[in-house]
Order: sequence, then C-alpha cells, then structure tokens
Amino acid sequence: MEIAVENLSKQYRGIPVLSGFSAAFPEGETTCIMGPSGCGKTTLLRILMGLESADGGRVKGLSGRKISAVFQEDRLCENLSAVSNIRIVCPKTVKREAIEAALRAVGLEEASLYQPAGELSGGMKRRVAIVRGVLAPSEAVLMDEPFRGLDEGTRARTAAFVKENLRGKTLILVTHDPEEPDMMGGSLIVMG
Amino acid sequence: MMRSISAAERKKAGIKITALLFWLIVWQGVSMAIGQEILLVSPVSVVVRLVELAGTWNFWGTVWFSLMRIASGFLLALIAGTISAVLSANLGLVRILLSPLVSAVKSTPVASFIILCLIWADSRNLSVIISFLMVYPVVYINMLQGIDSADRQLLEMADVFQIHGMRRVFYIYTPQMMPHFLSACTVSLGLCWKSGISAEVIGIPSGSIGEKLYQSKLFLSTADLLAWTLTIILVSTLFERLFLLLVRKICRRIERM
Repeated sequence: MEIAVENLSKQYRGIPVLSGFSAAFPEGETTCIMGPSGCGKTTLLRILMGLESADGGRVKGLSGRKISAVFQEDRLCENLSAVSNIRIVCPKTVKREAIEAALRAVGLEEASLYQPAGELSGGMKRRVAIVRGVLAPSEAVLMDEPFRGLDEGTRARTAAFVKENLRGKTLILVTHDPEEPDMMGGSLIVMG
Repeated sequence: MMRSISAAERKKAGIKITALLFWLIVWQGVSMAIGQEILLVSPVSVVVRLVELAGTWNFWGTVWFSLMRIASGFLLALIAGTISAVLSANLGLVRILLSPLVSAVKSTPVASFIILCLIWADSRNLSVIISFLMVYPVVYINMLQGIDSADRQLLEMADVFQIHGMRRVFYIYTPQMMPHFLSACTVSLGLCWKSGISAEVIGIPSGSIGEKLYQSKLFLSTADLLAWTLTIILVSTLFERLFLLLVRKICRRIERM
C-alpha cells in the first residue's frame, strides 16, 4: 500500500514548518526528498515515524506497518558493540553472522565489530546506524541524511549496500546532497 | 602505560597505608600516655579482643543477625525505591503523592523513626525498618533523576524500532540508569549500616551487634566497644565491595548479551 501525506501542516511556537504539504511515496520504491534547511524535511520524517503529530492533514498507508529508520543522529547505545546495536532491533532469525557480514560490506573492519559503539569513529557509527536501519525488519525505511559525514568512497559503498538490501522496499530518504537522488535512483520530491 | 598506572596505584596505596600507620601509632602513643585502658584502649588490645571474639560461635551469630536484617532493609529499599521511581516517572499522580512522603522521610531524624518503630513493632526487626527508611529516599531520588535525564533520542529510537519490554529495560534504560543506581548504592550502603546499628543500640534486640555495643557501654569495656566497631566497619566494607562487584558484573553481562 502506498504511503501518502495529504495537506500536512505543522508549526512550532506559531512558526509554520509544514503548510499543506502533500506527497505520495510509491510502494516498494525509493523517494528522495530535497529542500533548503528548515523547509520541514525532518519534521515530515518525524511525523511519518510517529514521533510527532501533525497539526493538520493526514498520513495514509503507515498505520500498523513496521518501519525502520536512520536518524539524523546515530542514536546508538554507546556501551553496546556494533553487532549488539543491530541485534537488539532484529528478531532472533537474523543471525549474528549476517549482521557481521553486513557490517563488513559497508567497510567496518573485523576489530570494530565488537568494539563498544562509543569507541568507534563518527563514520563507523554512521555506518552501524545505516546497517541497523537496513537490517531491522520493516515494510518501509525512513532515512534522514544517512550518508552525512562519510567520505566519497565510503558513501558510494554504503549507498550500494542500501540499494542492494532495500530493493523492492519503500525507502524515503531526505538529503541535502544533489548527487544522492541520482546515486539512489527512484523519484525526487523538492520541498520548500 | 599499564606499568606507569600500576606504579601510580602502588604509590597511592603506599601513601594510604603510611597515613593509617601514622594514626595507629598516634593512637597507641596517646593510649600509653593516658595509661588507662578504660578511657582509651590501645589498638593492640582492640585487635587482641577482636581475635578472641572471632573465635566464638556467638560472635558470628551476632554478625549474621545484624547483617541479615540490615542487608534485608537495604535490598527491600533498593527494590521499592527503583519501582516507585519508575512509577513516578510514568505517572504524574504517583510522583505528586510520593514527593512530600519522600521529603519527610529524608529530613526526619533517624532517632525519631527508631522510637516510633519501637512503639509500633518488635525490636528484633527494627534495623530492617530503619535501614529501609534511610535507604529508600536516596534510591528513589537518584533513580528518578536518572529516568528523567534519560537520553530522549535513544528512547525515540527504541519507539521507532519497537524495542519494548525487557529488551528496552536491559539495553536502553539499564546502561543509562547504572551510574545513578551505583551512586545511590554507594551512598546508601554506608547509611544503612550506620542507621541500622544505631537502631539496634536503642532497641537492644537480643543477639544483635547493637546489643553488644550497648553491653560494652554498661560494662565500660572500651576494648569490646572498639572491637565491635571494627567488626561493623569490616563487615559493612566487605558487604559494600561484594554488592557493588556483583552489580558491575551483572551490568557487564547485560552489555555483552
């Protein structure tokens, strides 16, 4: 079922962030959202995630569906290892070996897999957060500037991992980088 | 690096032992200068008396009696404090209701509670109630602060990924609560022993350390008084160390799961 928002509006302390925003996100496809800072991209994702409620309008196609996310911040449990951070969001059917392989696929070295997340570099944490968002069981994945802070090579490798593993799944990706919509494919929505 | 740390630690321990020896020598010197063991017993006499006491079954029975009661009060307060902090954090009404109660318990002198409890209950279990009352507010306040200051971003992450139940408790809350929990334990472990023994001295339950302290006052036996005091310090320190070690081990196990 297609995810769609209709006439969505939201304001913070009287300042409108979203005003009558409508969009449709086709089932099983990637939709990139671009727009200037403050145009409401993150607010839109937070509403879709169920972390904020809209002042007006409605969200269709998400009720009761499992979603996964990559937040703007890494939001990892610092004391847990990279592997454990992913295990806690996955059912037991997702084997440890599969998690290790996914982390290796985005370029994490063997020694980093069981290091506490708090001791990993910024780029490594980012990749752990991305792998978590990809491997967590879900019907739709929401990503807020997922590749921010990654160097060019790592970004391309990680983007390829995301594309490969989310093929056929609904992905809504917010970005500032004009190259990313081309890199990820799918449709583009420009806000603001 | 490792070698320099251990050398620094050895130096620190050496300084501590030297300071302790210095005060023991001062104590021995003053005791010898006074020359009356009833006024100030020497450290040697205290140790000799402690060794004598430790050779009797009665000594260990007395330690067990007080240890069981004070530890029970402490553990009950730990459980009750944690549960009520969780309830307060989630239910505004519970927080409002508990606030004046916790403030009252925190600021009431321990002697008032002891006398009140002696009117209401049997003196045998007085130290359980008193150590509970002294520990409960410390645990409640620390845990509530911990929950209130929990990382909102991690909680949101847990909501989105539907991390609920024990997984949420173990992986999201426990690591964040642990510093607050350990701080509460460290403060209250000392507190429960001091208040528990005070309660026993006033209530004089038969077979308790408090009773022995009271008897040493009656018989003007300073050696007994200090030998029992030393026993309290040793048992409470051992209990504190073992308890904190156990908590840290459990934490590490959770993190590795």
